[in-house]
Amino acid sequence: MEFSLPPEVEQFRTEVRAFLAANVTDEVIERAHRTGTFHDRQLHAKMAAEGWLSAGWPVEYGGQGRSPLEMNALTEEMYLSGAPVDGLGVASLVAHTLLIDGSDWQKQTIIPGILAGEVMCCLGYSEPDAGSDVAACATRAVRDGQEWVVNGQKMFTTLAHEAHYVFLLTRTNLEVPKHKGLTMFIVPMDVPGIEITPVSTMGGERTNITFYTDVRVDDRYRVGDVDGGWSVMMTALVFERNSAWYGECVRLLDHAVAWATDTRDEDGRRYIDDPLVRERLAGAAIGNEMSNLLGWRAAWMAANDELPGVEGTMAKLATTEHYQRTADDLIDMLGAEGLRRHGQPGAAADGWIEAIYRHCQVTTIYGGTSEVCRGVIAERGLGLPRSR
Amino acid sequence: MDLALTDEQQSLRAAVDRMLTKCSSPEQVRQAEPLGFDPRVWHELVEMGVPTMGVPGIGGAGLADMAVVARAAGAHLAAAPVVEVMVANRLLAATDREVDDAAVRTIAVRPARDHRFNLVPGAAVAAEVIGLIDQRLVVVDQPRGSASGPLNLGSAPLADVAVEVDVGGHPVRIVAEGDAAVAAFATALDEWRALTAQWLAGLGRAAFAIGVRYATDRRQFGVPIGSFQAVQHRLADLTTALDGATLLSDKAVWALATGDQMKAAFASMAFAAAGETAQQAASYALHLHGGYGFMEEYDIQLFFRRAKATCLVLGDPRRELQHLADELYGPAQDRG
Repeated sequence: MEFSLPPEVEQFRTEVRAFLAANVTDEVIERAHRTGTFHDRQLHAKMAAEGWLSAGWPVEYGGQGRSPLEMNALTEEMYLSGAPVDGLGVASLVAHTLLIDGSDWQKQTIIPGILAGEVMCCLGYSEPDAGSDVAACATRAVRDGQEWVVNGQKMFTTLAHEAHYVFLLTRTNLEVPKHKGLTMFIVPMDVPGIEITPVSTMGGERTNITFYTDVRVDDRYRVGDVDGGWSVMMTALVFERNSAWYGECVRLLDHAVAWATDTRDEDGRRYIDDPLVRERLAGAAIGNEMSNLLGWRAAWMAANDELPGVEGTMAKLATTEHYQRTADDLIDMLGAEGLRRHGQPGAAADGWIEAIYRHCQVTTIYGGTSEVCRGVIAERGLGLPRSR
Repeated sequence: MDLALTDEQQSLRAAVDRMLTKCSSPEQVRQAEPLGFDPRVWHELVEMGVPTMGVPGIGGAGLADMAVVARAAGAHLAAAPVVEVMVANRLLAATDREVDDAAVRTIAVRPARDHRFNLVPGAAVAAEVIGLIDQRLVVVDQPRGSASGPLNLGSAPLADVAVEVDVGGHPVRIVAEGDAAVAAFATALDEWRALTAQWLAGLGRAAFAIGVRYATDRRQFGVPIGSFQAVQHRLADLTTALDGATLLSDKAVWALATGDQMKAAFASMAFAAAGETAQQAASYALHLHGGYGFMEEYDIQLFFRRAKATCLVLGDPRRELQHLADELYGPAQDRG
């Protein structure tokens, strides 16, 4: 076995790291934290100019044909740097899904804009009564000649206020079982009838509710077959479960180690010399390493032309659950001082652990809840009998 | 990056697996209790060259090959101190001693107290016990039949070893002293951690497989219990943790073999992670059996007892986290 990465991957990583060090300034991180929008237009444009939005794409799309290992290194470095790249993540997953399930017109019209960093997307899956049971989607699309008329409501359309398109799951058939009556669209956000209502969250991120009232969408914006939306959804989900959260786990532990090294208790002793603190930090470090390896295993399988459906799900589950447990443990470690928020004078670890403690709660929800992930692992991975 | 075994390692794994399927069935493991040593398994291991496989100039195998053997031995609960022998022979060879015989050797993994190494793994059947005392690497000779150990949780050949003749012990030879002795012993102990992690990864996965099989076959309320989400979700968490710990164990072996800067930290992480997950997997697999899991005639209890016992040989697992912290953040300064 070989755990070091090939030289070309390390070389690429070095380039990425240098770029991020120069461009992901404290100001960029601070701005994302303040606005709750984890997308930075300037940074995004610079990344596009460097060709990193399209790095993993074939050369005919202007990409660099980077391998899954290189792309995993890129994702890892972006999250390690603290860069607000949620917008990049969503745009890439939509572009990848269009590459597989989109029409020629969509590939020619929409993908280049995304890869150039000019077009942003948001995801319109969840609804008030369709969360993990996303196929319960009730937003209706009814055909009217060359157009479709859409009516409904979507929850948690994060970045809708920055997006040019919404990747919209709709119901087009009421006569068939729920999974078979869905159709996917990529709807321009500037058509009449779309309304965005901001929603603020405990974690500080801004998300939205989007309302669709008699929205008229040309049929060329339909992705995949009529009533074939579920299979498009399955394609898209493969691109959503990755190991992005590992970088966040490392940042969390770095904040904790820095605090323990620089802070002294009431008797003047460094916290890093306290066995209780040392045990917590060491335990977190083990979980970080396991999360990292589970993510790299999935990337390694992809590099060997295997589809790491179950293994990617394992990485997502393990990393986000560990992230949450660790945030919980490390804010306890700070004691009462852990309560001061970022920006407050004297906040322990500059308040970042408190901020992470709130933010991390959502990571076991989006991209597939831990329960959905466990179901996939149990039934597809272990072959256990279906539970429902 | 390459996470696959080489062709040679796959052949090695198949050979060890075949031998242990024949010689180390659950019934044979029971037969070897309470001592936890089966002369036939030992004989087969010697025939395969396992004890000295990692000794430079004799076996020619690397740590990664030893890891393959350790993993398979753990999965079959082989009644022989496989890891201890491999590590002790390498340690002894590092002091320029010849070790091309088939003697059972072991390593005292915890420091001596009052001139005794207590509960040394394999010591109840070992001819030689190697340990570090007062910065001296010593070999304690144990004439055949002289050692005996207490009945213990894991039915393992543990024994207390006295290291001075005048306190009723056996002849002691010093084979290295000073910094060289300390460094050689530390390397051996990290190898023991990483290879025992492999042993535990094998044990954990095998215990888990018993649990999954039982959950698939056992029916209650008219359906297999493995169709209940309460069961499925625990199993999903466990298989994920087992994979993570196994990857970490492989990385630890790789780090030791390549002299990676973080090798000692990875060895410690692997031991802690593989130990914890093996215990959890064996514990839940036992629980899935309901009352049957508590019966001696079911195999899962063999795994359950050994999972805990193998970890405790090195001491309180939370103290191992303090050791890991030393590796990651430097030794703690005196807090007065």
